[in-house]
Amino acid sequence: MRKQVWLAMLMVVILPFMLFTVSCAKKAVETAPETTPAPTTSAPGAADEEARRARMLEEERLRAEAAAAAARDAFVNENIPFEFDSSAIVPQAQQILNAKAAYMRANPNLAVTIEGHCDERGTDAYNMALGERRAESAKTFLMNLGISAGRLDTISYGEEKPLDPGQNEAAWAKNRRAQFVIE
Amino acid sequence: MQINYVKILALFGLLMLPVCAPAEIKYIDLTNPFLRKIPLAVPEFRAMTPTESESPLATSIADQISQMLDFTGYFKILDRGSFLYDAQKSGITQAELNFANWTTVGSELLITGGVQLQSGKLTVEMRLFDTFKSSLLLGKRYSAGVEDQRVMVRRFCSEVVQLLTGRPGIFDSRFAFVSTGTGNKEIYMCDFDGTNVRQVTRKRSITSFPDWSSDGRHLAFTSFANGPSQVFVHDISSGIEHSAVFKGAQIAPAWAPNRFELAATLSLKGDQEIYLLTGGGKMIKKVTNSPGIDVEATWSPDGKKLAFVSKRAGTPQIFVQDLSSGSVRRLTFQGQYNTQPNWSPKGDKIAYSAMEAGQLNIYVIDIEGNNPIRLTYNQGDNEAPSWAPDGSMIAFSSTREGRSSIYVMTAFGTDQRRLLTLPGEQIHPKWSPNIAP
Repeated sequence: MRKQVWLAMLMVVILPFMLFTVSCAKKAVETAPETTPAPTTSAPGAADEEARRARMLEEERLRAEAAAAAARDAFVNENIPFEFDSSAIVPQAQQILNAKAAYMRANPNLAVTIEGHCDERGTDAYNMALGERRAESAKTFLMNLGISAGRLDTISYGEEKPLDPGQNEAAWAKNRRAQFVIE
Repeated sequence: MQINYVKILALFGLLMLPVCAPAEIKYIDLTNPFLRKIPLAVPEFRAMTPTESESPLATSIADQISQMLDFTGYFKILDRGSFLYDAQKSGITQAELNFANWTTVGSELLITGGVQLQSGKLTVEMRLFDTFKSSLLLGKRYSAGVEDQRVMVRRFCSEVVQLLTGRPGIFDSRFAFVSTGTGNKEIYMCDFDGTNVRQVTRKRSITSFPDWSSDGRHLAFTSFANGPSQVFVHDISSGIEHSAVFKGAQIAPAWAPNRFELAATLSLKGDQEIYLLTGGGKMIKKVTNSPGIDVEATWSPDGKKLAFVSKRAGTPQIFVQDLSSGSVRRLTFQGQYNTQPNWSPKGDKIAYSAMEAGQLNIYVIDIEGNNPIRLTYNQGDNEAPSWAPDGSMIAFSSTREGRSSIYVMTAFGTDQRRLLTLPGEQIHPKWSPNIAP
């Protein structure tokens, strides 16, 4: 008898609970998509900070990479200019060579070939010699700045490889150059 | 080819010696800059046994004779239209000719010929006459295979020029030059008149500055084929090649006369000097010793001196150095940029190019450094002069018709004309010696 009462009471308590939990579970499933944004709104500070830091790091890395690429580009693309029929290092060329020396000091494993070039005026054989002297002038300048000769190779192409095929002073000035090629 | 040539020479027979070898009469004086062109008639040759294959040869061989002799610049080749002559009816010998018919049309010299073709064997007899004296100056008969007609024509023209000028002419010479026709600078060769062009190198690099050994068997040149610019020595008949190995750029080799040696610019320590090398590319000795550019050596014909370009005086100028004493003197004083010297075969002159107001032109200066004479005017850039082996003409490159090509002129600058028409640009002509068969 007492056992029956106890069971009945239990049923009274458990059944609605079961019903409730079933309906609850159902509800939870239904509302699951709505509830997911809750954590972000509930804890904004820490996660945001972390993402911002990652972004900054990434930007910093990209900036550093871009700077390195720019430095490398400048090293490769910035040519040493010369006057007509001359292999003397002009003041503008000194600045560029100082930058090249700095880059080579910062990159101690770097070895280069310095190409000497001439504009199309004048004659081939003489220009072949002149181009070699231009490359040698640039090499000597860098050696005086402490770059070891073993990292500096030279070759002359004379007037064979102009950058600009134009027949005017601007083109000729561009073509009279010592050009750095990374080995 | 060479063996063939020897075989043909063996077949050459003398028809008759010059009847009255006029050693005392010089028809053409090569030292005269105002040379009058001698009017020359070359009528069609006679087909001796007229056949379908022989008759066209009679015309074409006469044409080849005309063209070759015209190339020398010594003759005014007369137009056949005015001739009172029918090769097939009139005779070709002194007895048969009516010289009045030739003096009437203005000719002073006359070449007649007869052609016979029998089972592939070609026999050509040719005679040179002085029409005013009605005299025979030269008569020759040649026999060889029909494919060697050009050899016979060349040989007869050499005889004609030898007789008239006292010198053998240039008909056994060739050119080496650089052409960009393939997209790369490669060395080419052709006959003295621009015919028979063939490519010598296939390096697909920058190959330039050809120079002939004095026996005509080797070419030296430079190429970037192995990286930096190196001197190569190329055996023309076998095609065998070797390169010189030295540190730094190697520039513009020049064969020593009658020796298997060459002068070339090396820069062993970053300073260019002219060195003497063996034909195998081994060091013999250093020739110049002056800081700064020393380049473009050219030999005196006796092999005792070198002329070259040096910047030792501040601008590129031509200097001459005696090899045994080492003494050096400056040759050019006019202008700021004198390069590309080429010593004449007689030894008395040097041709070079000078840049003035951005334009290159050809000059000739005597060996004492006096009298620079300009030979080209207002026709683009004119550069890289090279003397003919007899000193009568100069080849050079010019941009006068746009792209650079090879031109020739007399040693006095007259009769300037284009040598050949090829794709690309042609530069650095080098005239060979007369190459012994």
